[in-house]
Amino acid sequence: MSATTVPATWNKARQQPGRLARLFDYKPFLVFACLLPALGLLGVFLTYPLGLGIWLAFTDTTIGRRGVWIGFENFEYLFTDPIFWNAVFYSVFYTGVATLGKFALGLWLALLLNNHLPLKSLLRAIILLPWIVPTVLSAIAFWWIYDPQFSIISYLAVDVLGVRTTNFDFLGSAWPARWSLIAANIWRGIPFVAISLLAGLQTISPSLYEAALLDGSTPWQRFRYITFPMLMPILAIVMTFSIIFTFTDFQLVYAITRGGPVNSTHLLATLAFQRGIPGGQLGEGAAIAVSMIPFLIFATLFSYFGLARRKWQQGEGND
Amino acid sequence: MADVSIRQARKSYGSTKVLHGVDVSIGDGEFVVLVGPSGCGKSTLLRMIAGLENITEGEIAIGGKVVNTVPPKDRDIAMVFQNYALYPHMTVRENMAFSMMLAKAPADVIEAEVQRAAKILGLDVLLDRYPRQLSGGQRQRVAMGRAIVRDPQVFLFDEPLSNLDAKLRVQMRSEIKELHQRLKVTTVYVTHDQIEAMTMADQIVVMNGGRIEQSGAPLDLYDTPANLFVAGFIGSPAMNLLSGRVRDGAFHADGGAVMPLPPGAPPTATTYGIRPEHLRLDDAGIAASIIVVEPTGSETQVSLNIGETHLLGAFRERVMGRHGDTLMISPDLDLVHLFGPDGRRL
Ligand SMILES: Nc1ncnc2c1ncn2[C@@H]1O[C@H](COP(=O)(O)OP(=O)(O)O)[C@@H](O)[C@H]1O
Ligand SMILES: [Mg+2]
Repeated sequence: MSATTVPATWNKARQQPGRLARLFDYKPFLVFACLLPALGLLGVFLTYPLGLGIWLAFTDTTIGRRGVWIGFENFEYLFTDPIFWNAVFYSVFYTGVATLGKFALGLWLALLLNNHLPLKSLLRAIILLPWIVPTVLSAIAFWWIYDPQFSIISYLAVDVLGVRTTNFDFLGSAWPARWSLIAANIWRGIPFVAISLLAGLQTISPSLYEAALLDGSTPWQRFRYITFPMLMPILAIVMTFSIIFTFTDFQLVYAITRGGPVNSTHLLATLAFQRGIPGGQLGEGAAIAVSMIPFLIFATLFSYFGLARRKWQQGEGND
Repeated sequence: MADVSIRQARKSYGSTKVLHGVDVSIGDGEFVVLVGPSGCGKSTLLRMIAGLENITEGEIAIGGKVVNTVPPKDRDIAMVFQNYALYPHMTVRENMAFSMMLAKAPADVIEAEVQRAAKILGLDVLLDRYPRQLSGGQRQRVAMGRAIVRDPQVFLFDEPLSNLDAKLRVQMRSEIKELHQRLKVTTVYVTHDQIEAMTMADQIVVMNGGRIEQSGAPLDLYDTPANLFVAGFIGSPAMNLLSGRVRDGAFHADGGAVMPLPPGAPPTATTYGIRPEHLRLDDAGIAASIIVVEPTGSETQVSLNIGETHLLGAFRERVMGRHGDTLMISPDLDLVHLFGPDGRRL
């Protein structure tokens, strides 16, 4: 190199880019190349199982036998099946009551933690615990708490406080079992709600509260006219997620009651699994799972309209 | 409307003392400006008047009534915050009506009051906008509107203009002053900008490090600053303060300048203060060498050296000259300020 004479001016435009470089300069190719990994992942892990599930719902596939297309027959059968309707009822009831409970308690906790408390960060860490523990583990804990013989609640009520003479029967009959599962779900769901809402609360400027204080507001009025409306956007997001997670819940119910007693606590997800895998009726199980889709679409629409940016929020620039 | 008196007010956060015994008395309808460098405790004092901070020691009385334990909402005061603290989810109308709505005033009374305040501030056409749709100056006006609607005994302002650009600041400054002349409500106004203080106040309270350095009418502070801090803080450009000693009837500054003294000047002076605008061009004066000449049109500011002593002069005349040229100047002897070793005026 040192022997050749270098021209005085170096002209970049003279250089011809290689074939590969030109290919990567070609926008449609670039777009395709960049999207490929994401599309691949979505295709393999989302679209394929979803598509397969929907297809199965219209067949009479069982484990070990390839099914044939039977149209809406699975759904027609399900619509006459009281157990299916029971699962629909309980899924809606479970989601509704548990969401209410989670938000009431979660908001309350978030408001508490937003105050200046001693050991605030320790408390926040403790609040997160139910969420960190794997669901199955906490389900087993609840299974013990609800045990007909060894329940700690029965022990407290009967042996310690003496307010009852017999043990509680948490899981032995339909309604107590339903409420018990809802309580377990609320316990598990509170941290997510509380921490998300706490994050929302911390974005509200303290000077708004001071201004309201001088404007003569009571604590309730500050909550009603400032905290709540300003928390609405985040509340809507968190609620949508919470509704979807609760409606599709599986682990807690399956680990504690397996849908019993007498199918009274089946959610759509547990019933679908029950029919599809242990029961072997893949087509019917898939049909139950597919029947959750309208509910989930409804929840998503709720979020879409609930989340629609409020007028006062748009483009929160300074000017 | 009411007078406000602050007696030996102290404030500490834990072991950190922020205010060390502050006395201010504010007459009914007066416009008082608390001014001082950032962190000196102005906001803290204002928030104590508002009731947003409790009073560690001492007393604050509004309209003759001690309010130490009176909650903010019962003190009948309105405050304009530095960041305006407008409720972002409410329109301008709702922002202004909020306090009356809480007080359950009838809708037509609320509307009339809001209209009245909106008219005063020229907000009529903006009533249905949200704060984010307003410019900085408009938000500032809404914040004031919210205060006016309250019809309070005392207005408090905490650096209300510091988020505005220079031109708007000047405009809002005179708007606030005009508003005060119109409504005649007792006003306490916090700023770190001495020009705002000078132009707006009936009474200026200069604070530094949690103490009051001096209080009085703006021109009194300008003419007779009580100590070095006030001398350096009030007035723009700032007063020249030369340290040195009195010898042989003249002031010998550390840098070598020898400045003439007024007759009967105390020999104990260790600081010689002369405002830039009180230096005159004088062929019989002291020779100073020019460092920089900055003409502003109405006057010419000249940065000067007498020996090693640095001085700033502001002259009505148009000074022509370049770096290194010599300018003959002399101080106006009637307007020389002398300070003792403790920093107090002599
Ligand atoms: N909540 C607080 N805790 C501890 N120190 C504080 C608190 N608020 C203010 N201070 C201190 O008090 C001093 C005065 O603050 P402030 O009144 O805001 O000053 P400014 O004159 O700039 O408005 C500052 O040194 C600040 O650090
Ligand atoms: Mg401040």
